[in-house]
Amino acid sequence: MSISRREFLRLAGLSTIIGLGGKTAFDLLFPGELEAQLLAAPGALTAKRWAMVVDMRKLDEATAKKCVEACHRIHNVPNFAQPNNPQDALPPELIVRREVKWIWTDHYHNAFPGQEQEHGQERLNSLPFLVLCNHCDNPPCVRVCPTKATFRRADGIVMMDMHRCIGCRYCMAGCPFGARSFNWRDPRPFIKEVNQSYPTREIGVVEKCTFCTERLAVGLMPACVEASKGALVFGDLSDPKSKVREQLRTQFTIRRKAHLGTNPQVYYIV
Amino acid sequence: MLEKALIGSKRYYGLLGILALIFGVGFLFYLQQLKTGLGITGLGRDVSWGFYIAQFTYLVGVAASAVMVVLPYYLHNYKAFGRIAILGEFLAVAAVTMCVLFVTVDMGRPDRILNVFKYATPNSVMFWDIIVLNGYLLLNIFIGWNVLEAERHDVPPPKWLKPFIYLSIPWAVSIHTVTAFLYAGLPGRGYWLTAIMAPRFLSSAFAAGPALLTLLCLIVRNYTKFDPGKEQIQSLAKIVTYATIINVFFFFCEVFTVFYSQIPDHMLHFKYLFQGIEGHGRLVPFMWFSIVVMTATAILLVSPKLRRNETTLAALCGLVIITTWIDKGLGLMTGGFVPNPLEKVTEYWPTAPETMITLGVWAMGFLILTILYKVAVSVKEEIKA
Repeated sequence: MSISRREFLRLAGLSTIIGLGGKTAFDLLFPGELEAQLLAAPGALTAKRWAMVVDMRKLDEATAKKCVEACHRIHNVPNFAQPNNPQDALPPELIVRREVKWIWTDHYHNAFPGQEQEHGQERLNSLPFLVLCNHCDNPPCVRVCPTKATFRRADGIVMMDMHRCIGCRYCMAGCPFGARSFNWRDPRPFIKEVNQSYPTREIGVVEKCTFCTERLAVGLMPACVEASKGALVFGDLSDPKSKVREQLRTQFTIRRKAHLGTNPQVYYIV
Repeated sequence: MLEKALIGSKRYYGLLGILALIFGVGFLFYLQQLKTGLGITGLGRDVSWGFYIAQFTYLVGVAASAVMVVLPYYLHNYKAFGRIAILGEFLAVAAVTMCVLFVTVDMGRPDRILNVFKYATPNSVMFWDIIVLNGYLLLNIFIGWNVLEAERHDVPPPKWLKPFIYLSIPWAVSIHTVTAFLYAGLPGRGYWLTAIMAPRFLSSAFAAGPALLTLLCLIVRNYTKFDPGKEQIQSLAKIVTYATIINVFFFFCEVFTVFYSQIPDHMLHFKYLFQGIEGHGRLVPFMWFSIVVMTATAILLVSPKLRRNETTLAALCGLVIITTWIDKGLGLMTGGFVPNPLEKVTEYWPTAPETMITLGVWAMGFLILTILYKVAVSVKEEIKA
């Protein structure tokens, strides 16, 4: 009797549910092969610790908008304000509630609550602060996830496995930056043009910025960085010669809610 | 013993029928939710947990409160509670079942719920909550059933049951502590980030649970031949009194820390709940009603005269249940999420389908409770307790 790998995986999955022993069995038969393998392909961009610097001096409204659009287009993020079919139009209140966003602009006092002051910050109040997942070194979302569906990679990127996520939304409660979105409804009727090289999502799972792991894997910079005309700097924090380190060395930077101890890895030059 | 659940009066079947019907309607709405997603609820990216998780939290408390009957009986040999211990345990079974159902209906992908065991993650409080809740459910079914079986045959419960009973006491405390830890350990949620969360959960649980049990005892006495007993009800009333007072005290401890320190992250949530922010204040009347009436009830419960009169006692117990439910079932969840981490205000209110699903789960819980109480009461009637 022959058994295909696919069939074996199916059986292993079933036996896991029944006896919770499938994983152990698999580990014995194919040690180390159960978890996804993270071997960088040739030409991939790799780092010990990815980080981003947002230079607000170079970021104007139009550029920021381009960054958001580039990200959302590539990652099939729905725009609930623009249904493909006019019949699917949502009332404004639902557009806010169901919104899915990976990167967006916000006011200074929203991005950095508690750091606003009455005088001397007039310039900041009008800037479009780009906010996204901070890929924290000590991420609360990873700490609370009951299935490891969100996890921290060795290169510091906080990733989502949308096929493992049970949709409990504990990570959304855990994230102090509001960086996570849940698929409250089927997003597909609200994606203008589906990028076939990136998956669309189903209802019931959480998603967020991934620092474009799929682009890094083929040697490309994150989509927002590429669209930012130099306002976003991305690189290896552990490399003293990297561009992010150069920025951190020469400029004063701030981070969102650093006092919470999550150690965010998106730095802002204001 | 289960056969006792099958033979009953018309009224018994009628009650089961109504509860099953409500459950059925809720289930239809749940099928709709499965198909179109949690978007049919009032939840959103800012308030991402709502009615379901709030009911879950409240009912964990009701479940935990069984310990208020079990502990005096088994640890202090307070014999009077032997009569009603089974009612407390079976209430816990029904409450925990509702908890499990509420967590399930809140899942975006319930089909993957076993991932929690497949990829067991001990650093997640949710993992522990699932362990302690299911453990508590099993413990109470197991203990309750065996004790009742022994009572029916007029023999003492088997000796090997004792360790399980003793285990169930700290276990009850653990379920509500771990549930509080779900919220109290999140860095960005000022309303929940307080060490008094678990104690507050326990105090409101030990107020609401025994209050509900008091009402159930009165109902059982009115509609069956089994009288849970005057002394038993009075002892429960004292527990409700102390727990309600402690609960109010804990609330004001929290209020002091938040408002004397004046730290905005913590204060804003209270402001939203009790004053409203930027014109948003949907919960304001509820929260004021909750804390004012809860405080008044606590004071009234101190009066032995009002407590001894079973009519006023029943009314006060009803108020304890309602006010703690508003505090935990409405305020706790929304208050934690509003304003959001970017200090923006998006309000939450459950939608009609969400309310129907919630009612469906409650109906299922009360269906289980009715059946279990029917069994317990029939046994008690049979042995003429």
